[in-house]
Amino acid sequence: MKSLDDLKNIRENTYKNMDVRNQEKGTRIVVGMATCGIAAGAKDVLNTIVSEVKSKGITDVEVVMTGCIGVCIMEPIVEVYSAESGKTTYVNIDTEKAKQIVDQHIINGTVVEELLIENN
Amino acid sequence: MTLDRSRFRSIDEVDFFKKQKRIALKNCGIINPENIDEYIAYDGYRALGKAIFEMSSEDIIEEITKSGLRGRGGGGFPTGLKWNFTYRAEGEQKYVACNADEGDPGAFMDRSVLEGDPHSVIEAMAIAGYAIGADMGYVYIRAEYPTAVDRLQIAIEQAKEYGLLGNNIFESDFSFDLEIRLGAGAFVCGEETALIASIEGKRGMPKPRPPFPAQKGIFDKPTLLNNVETYANITQIILNGSEWFSSIGTEKSKGTKVFALGGKINNTGLLEIPMGTTLREVIFDIGGGIPDGKEFKAVQTGGPSGGCITTKDLDTPIDYDNLIAKGSMMGSGGMIVMDEDNCMVDIARFFLDFTVEESCGKCTPCREGTRRMLEILDEITEGTGTMEHIDELERLAKTIKRASLCGLGQTAPNPVLSTINNFRDEYVAHVIDHKCKAGVCKSLLQIVIGEKCIGCTACKKVCPVDCISGERKELHVIDQVACIKCGACIDKCPVKCIEKV
Repeated sequence: MKSLDDLKNIRENTYKNMDVRNQEKGTRIVVGMATCGIAAGAKDVLNTIVSEVKSKGITDVEVVMTGCIGVCIMEPIVEVYSAESGKTTYVNIDTEKAKQIVDQHIINGTVVEELLIENN
Repeated sequence: MTLDRSRFRSIDEVDFFKKQKRIALKNCGIINPENIDEYIAYDGYRALGKAIFEMSSEDIIEEITKSGLRGRGGGGFPTGLKWNFTYRAEGEQKYVACNADEGDPGAFMDRSVLEGDPHSVIEAMAIAGYAIGADMGYVYIRAEYPTAVDRLQIAIEQAKEYGLLGNNIFESDFSFDLEIRLGAGAFVCGEETALIASIEGKRGMPKPRPPFPAQKGIFDKPTLLNNVETYANITQIILNGSEWFSSIGTEKSKGTKVFALGGKINNTGLLEIPMGTTLREVIFDIGGGIPDGKEFKAVQTGGPSGGCITTKDLDTPIDYDNLIAKGSMMGSGGMIVMDEDNCMVDIARFFLDFTVEESCGKCTPCREGTRRMLEILDEITEGTGTMEHIDELERLAKTIKRASLCGLGQTAPNPVLSTINNFRDEYVAHVIDHKCKAGVCKSLLQIVIGEKCIGCTACKKVCPVDCISGERKELHVIDQVACIKCGACIDKCPVKCIEKV
């Protein structure tokens, strides 16, 4: 990177890709992977979501790790961002619930109410 | 399909997040810490660009000073002042350093920043280097944080690849490089002079100050040493301005503070709140209160250097000076909540046990004094304490505080003094009545089978030391001498007739 303009280009392009809530399509799934999350089993959750997305051939979905979301006692935490559902926070997730999120929310577009942070 | 959001609250309205204001943690939980592009997408490295091309050293230092930012490691020293001292120090070679040792038990604020947003620290250190005239920085991070170390290492490499670290950043005259130095598990290495010694490859032991690190730090060169969380605030101050930052918080404590909330609390986790938020709000609104309907007893702030705050002071607005006035301190941000089942004498003993173990041994008041205090606390918790012991604790504490070489010794007696001050009745009960009301100190505890015993023999079978006797359908009895107070019988009893007395 040479100049401030280079920085600006990366900033604007990457932000556009990340900002799925304000786009027509695209889903971003974030899994909390700070030490709190990892200790609670987030690595398996992340791997499960990645492999489910791949095996079910779902497109326009990005699955990434993130740092500490804050409510450490509810880790593993999975957040789904999309234009349809905004920002949805799921808590106390394990590999089974992760599959449920992929099936119910990502594929079928229905929020999994019992896993929401506000219901726990 | 559009979700009908009116049916659910968003995460920002959930009690835990409602009162928070995330500045240091702005990107944590949002971006992928292992992808520099995502950091850049969220304004990353724009502050560094602004600093290099639009600001002079004096401009930057003035902004930091006017913002009112104070050291987040616990000392609360005005950050702008420290930057100014190091800027004005004489010397060709200067260093920037980051204290990521985070030794307080129960504290994980710095860990979370480094695991979730390492670039915020890298960028801030580069800005600091530009401001004070340093071309080299060190992050001193405890080896017990492997994930944080990895993420920081990846971030440094990605920054170098992009030319955001190294020579001629953004093709300017400014060059800055950054290296990691691992700690080896010594609490004392969180103390600035011991940390510097450790970076130099020496044994981590403190030195008298003056000279301060701003004059003579790493390899005797002027060194700016700040805590992780202090750095995590810098880019926001540069981008949004000192006025914005100083509009948050109280008169003498500006901005926000990250707290690691733990202990007897429903919502264990990491939170960031504006200074001035009360302890009651943190514990009961954000923290969700005490689990199992138990009663709040005290909250410990400042770790092994701090003290406990009780119900009468729960409405204290959190800031550096208020907490000191209430007999504690801000510390690095670890907040441990205690309920009616915690023994305050045992808590004091726990913290002192830690500091005795961690004392480097260089100065007599700390090396010998804290050990003597611990011996007294052992006697009290084991039932052989006397009233003179309590007086002796206070006398020793004052001496150790005044005469110790460094902050470890100077603050080690604080938990003891604070608990004696607020919970003297518990100390007296241990000494005079040989009773631990909370049921924690095993030597003062008896486990007794009550009259409702149905003689089912379940307790007898589960006892690991076979100290329960009794025939079927007859009242069982525990041999108090052999009993190890493990409590297995209490859990097993089907009619709940076994009690701690």
